[in-house]
Amino acid sequence: MLQNNDVEIISVERLKPTSLEPAPTEKIEVPMIEIRQLTKTFGSFQALKSIDLTIPKGTVFGFVGPNGAGKSTTMSILATLMFPTSGTAKVDGLDVTKYPNEVRKRIGYMPDFFGVYDQFKTVEYLHFYGASYGIPKSEREQLIPQLLELVNLSDKKDAYVDTLSRGMKQRLCLARCLVHDPELLILDEPASGLDPRARIEMREILRELKAMGKTIIISSHILPELAEMVDEIGVIEHGQMIAIGNVADIQNRLRVKRFLHIRLLGREDEAEHFLRDRPLVNRLLRDERGIQIHFGGQDAEQAALLNELVAAGFQLVSFSEAQTNLEDVFLEITKGGDGFE
Amino acid sequence: MREQTSVKQSSTSWRNKLINPVLNKEFKLRMRTPKAMWTLFFYLFAIGLMAFSAIYIVEINTGGSRSFNPEQSKVLFYFLSFAQLGLIAFMAPGLTAGVISGEREKQTLNLLLTTQQSSATIVLSKLVSSLGFMVLIVVSTIPVYSMVFLYGGISPKQLILVFLFYLFVMLVLGSFGILFSSMFKRTMVSVIVSYGVTLFIFGGTALIYVVLMSTTDRFYTYNANTYSWIGHVLAWNPAGALYSILDPEFTDQAYRIYGQPIATNKQPLALWKEFMMIYTCLSILALWLGIRSLRPRMKKN
Repeated sequence: MLQNNDVEIISVERLKPTSLEPAPTEKIEVPMIEIRQLTKTFGSFQALKSIDLTIPKGTVFGFVGPNGAGKSTTMSILATLMFPTSGTAKVDGLDVTKYPNEVRKRIGYMPDFFGVYDQFKTVEYLHFYGASYGIPKSEREQLIPQLLELVNLSDKKDAYVDTLSRGMKQRLCLARCLVHDPELLILDEPASGLDPRARIEMREILRELKAMGKTIIISSHILPELAEMVDEIGVIEHGQMIAIGNVADIQNRLRVKRFLHIRLLGREDEAEHFLRDRPLVNRLLRDERGIQIHFGGQDAEQAALLNELVAAGFQLVSFSEAQTNLEDVFLEITKGGDGFE
Repeated sequence: MREQTSVKQSSTSWRNKLINPVLNKEFKLRMRTPKAMWTLFFYLFAIGLMAFSAIYIVEINTGGSRSFNPEQSKVLFYFLSFAQLGLIAFMAPGLTAGVISGEREKQTLNLLLTTQQSSATIVLSKLVSSLGFMVLIVVSTIPVYSMVFLYGGISPKQLILVFLFYLFVMLVLGSFGILFSSMFKRTMVSVIVSYGVTLFIFGGTALIYVVLMSTTDRFYTYNANTYSWIGHVLAWNPAGALYSILDPEFTDQAYRIYGQPIATNKQPLALWKEFMMIYTCLSILALWLGIRSLRPRMKKN
């Protein structure tokens, strides 16, 4: 039986970066997710290698990495479906291995692949899961229409689940996750296999959930599209967290390559030879729009290259850095994996 | 969106305890598939066909006599009882061996495991639901059985005892089916192992009994006043146990064979009673293991 003493309350000192006064000690809540030295092995294969991760309450956390990086394993452990080989994983201060039942009350889990009971009607499906979480029928009667409205399935309440489209099933599964009003949503690829329209609908729902103050941990290949709603990002590869932080920081920190676009007024062949001789130019592409280079330097080196081109007498129409998105960054940093999810 | 909803524990009313969400779901979904109707149809068709064939054969053997000998009615009842046992042995593993692995394959199990339903609730609900369907099928064969009452020779008590025995056999085979369904990820593997075990229980134990009996026959002489331990082997066999219900003297015959005499001359326990004792323990063990196998356990690698 869970005792109050078993719930660990952590006091964290947060330093104010620009304050002359000594930083006040602020007692904050237990983080929603706290992972320490989490390791999982399957035989000789090490799926997770001493992962550390802390996600405060109310945060929307994006979890990215190539296939087989360890995202789903981490999420399965948090969902009490798998036990770690070593290390600890806590949800709302509760160890998932010691208090799985208490943890299950707090989480809504949506796996990357899931099935539905086809012979159920949409509303029956939600009633079943509501009852499985111990929600009384009277309460479910009020709750389920609201959930169906949230996921835009009100008009499908009496439809059999097997008649729903893939996107509708995904949204129904999301409604199922919310049926017991969990504090934490663990969403493993919630938009996988959806068409662009369904993705947009899913994104809108997630935005609403964020506004409700839910803590969300989400792995998704549409993360670049979600960049504006994700507070923090964790990049995992080969079972190791290689970067954690807010989106902008990660983008800057991990930007190992710039894409420069150069347009010239003539002498393109000479410019191509000139650029190929520069040590920081990794790759060069040329088309009717001009020259694109993958540049390995930072701001200072970029400015120096511009000066060199001008000094060499090339007439530049434009010299600009092509916009890179999160996906480019993730592709770059996870290029050792099987691919980007 | 709704206000913060507190997650309340299930009502403690007896109804909620008796019909939990998983059991409710199992009953509902099972009866919504055409498979349920076809299973019932083919089962009744098979048992009906056997019954009418048996009557026809008996009629021929009695030379088309219009009277029906109660002894022949007894033979018909025995025949139907064993046929029904065979059909149960065929049906029970098929209905239970895929109930958990099937959910795993359909990728619905993980969702169920993250709810507040305990492993025991999930496993036992699936067993009860499967048993419920099997009981429905077996009970629906009662009109076929009632034919024997037309001719006499069988008491209602005997009929009830036989049906209770069926219920127990279904529980046993269902427990094994559930165990393998929980243990193995693939339904195909679970079904094969379940049928393999059922075959051993029915055929293997009978074969061992016959082999032991014929082997010891060479070394020991018949002693009418002693019982052989070999009789215990037949207590593992459902057909042997059923026959001991139909004919109480069968237990005595099973033990009183050419074999190694045991020290005591105490009357042996009826085969069906010993059968129930053995398989009650094994069923409880199977269910316990099935419940334990459902969710992951802490493993120190």
